[in-house]
Amino acid sequence: MHPAFSVIFFTVTSGAGYGLISLLSLFQFSHYGIFLDKSTFFITAAIAISLFTMGLISSTFHLANPKNAWRAFMRFRTSWLAREGLLAILFYPLIFLYLYLTYIDFQIENFILMQFLSFIIFTFAVVIIYCTGMIYACLKTIPQWNTFWTPINYISIGIFLGGLIFFFILDLYNYEVSLYKSYLLLFIVLAFVLKALYYFSIRTPRHNIGQATNAAIKLKDTKVRLLDVGHTGGTFLTDEFGYKVAEKKLFRVKLFSMIGGFLIPFLLIYIHSFIYESLVICFMAIFLAFLGMVAERWLFFAQAKHVVNLYHGSQQV
Amino acid sequence: MRLGLVVDLDKCVGCNACAIACKQWNTSGTSGSLTDYRPYGPDPSGVFFNRIRHYETGSYPESKTVHFPMSCMHCEEAACVTVCPTGASYKREEDGIVLVDPEKCMGCNYCAWACPYGARELDREEGIMKKCTLCVDRIYDENLPKDERKPACVMTCPTTARYFGDFDDPFSDVSIASKKREGQELFSELGYKPVNQYLSPRNKVEINQHEVNEPNLVRKVKDWVNKVVEL
Repeated sequence: MHPAFSVIFFTVTSGAGYGLISLLSLFQFSHYGIFLDKSTFFITAAIAISLFTMGLISSTFHLANPKNAWRAFMRFRTSWLAREGLLAILFYPLIFLYLYLTYIDFQIENFILMQFLSFIIFTFAVVIIYCTGMIYACLKTIPQWNTFWTPINYISIGIFLGGLIFFFILDLYNYEVSLYKSYLLLFIVLAFVLKALYYFSIRTPRHNIGQATNAAIKLKDTKVRLLDVGHTGGTFLTDEFGYKVAEKKLFRVKLFSMIGGFLIPFLLIYIHSFIYESLVICFMAIFLAFLGMVAERWLFFAQAKHVVNLYHGSQQV
Repeated sequence: MRLGLVVDLDKCVGCNACAIACKQWNTSGTSGSLTDYRPYGPDPSGVFFNRIRHYETGSYPESKTVHFPMSCMHCEEAACVTVCPTGASYKREEDGIVLVDPEKCMGCNYCAWACPYGARELDREEGIMKKCTLCVDRIYDENLPKDERKPACVMTCPTTARYFGDFDDPFSDVSIASKKREGQELFSELGYKPVNQYLSPRNKVEINQHEVNEPNLVRKVKDWVNKVVEL
């Protein structure tokens, strides 16, 4: 699949934004020993909201006819894209209500209600990331996406990126983070393992040319080869689905995203926590993790092979 | 009604006439235009509703060339319709034709991603997804003589490899052809229940083949003489 930069940017930043807000609301829900003051709370929320808003705006950049983008919520009963869009829009009034109630110190008098609202925000944010993943995972035409690992990876990576930013903010404002950092280190390992399991699960092709051209052959084991695609230049189909990258390059990007995106940030957070404390190291971890996840998302597209390639000469996808 | 096409792969000679007739009719039809990009440039490209691919099956000497015209299959379980977020893609209740409403389409390409047959192509200039309409602006046109109320591709096919009709009517051309020759759905594994069907090429009569240079004593002597002469 052709990796459109706007979509890569959208999925990474909105994932990180929703991941961050979900963590913020989770910590408001049951603190885990960290009681945020108002300014920290609002700075974190502002970063999260600007992250997913930037993401959502960039998602409209790949539309060929953006003036109809407002219609994208209509078919929420069947389309994951519409569900994602609708929930993303509905999230705004909810989050602003939450911010307002926190601002007027509502939670002191109505602790239970605020806890309930925190939990709703947490669930909502995770469900939105899940919907983003399902946009891709529901397509039977792209075997590398059509797996339950796709939404799981989207959620785990979103929370991983959000968690790094949250860690940085907590550290910046000198909170006691000893418990949080062990959670974070564990979660980085978890996100890494879940992504590795995804790569393991897509290692074998699912469809072959015989299935795609089944009407041309009566015998199951007959060989089919493409003689001619029927067009001399490129088409929409070859541009959109015929994106080809050398296996070596794919492997290098995978290596970078796994080592640069997960392992090195893990080591940096570890060094920052236990060996040499420095916010620069912590910031580098965030920077590398984002770079690594952009590479991971690029790979997610570049590696995906649409079944229409079977009609254009691929023997299997 | 379940309108659709049957394509006889034994008759199709891969002449591309259907693709051209389709382009000619539809570029000025309700889904027009079918924009061309750089038509006289070094790498011409453009929108087509129908593309013909050519394959070779089997191995020599039992190989065969199969020409594969592919357009929208008007699937019963049309994934392109279910994934469309705007409601621009729809399947008509009355005849099962899958269409795009250009007033609603936002050009997100999601339906093209969901289609395994490559039947949908984005018109980059209009920013709208385009696809086969089964010549909906032709098959119901009462100004046309009755036998011309067929899709342009079916009308033009010089080998009559294409049939058009209602699969729900057991006496229609498509139902009869499909029953007689065991019409096949393309890529049925994906479960989209395509309406269009294909008639597989029939098995060829096997041809006996003889070795031209069957080695025998006379042959061997002649070969030896030839070698000596050449020396």
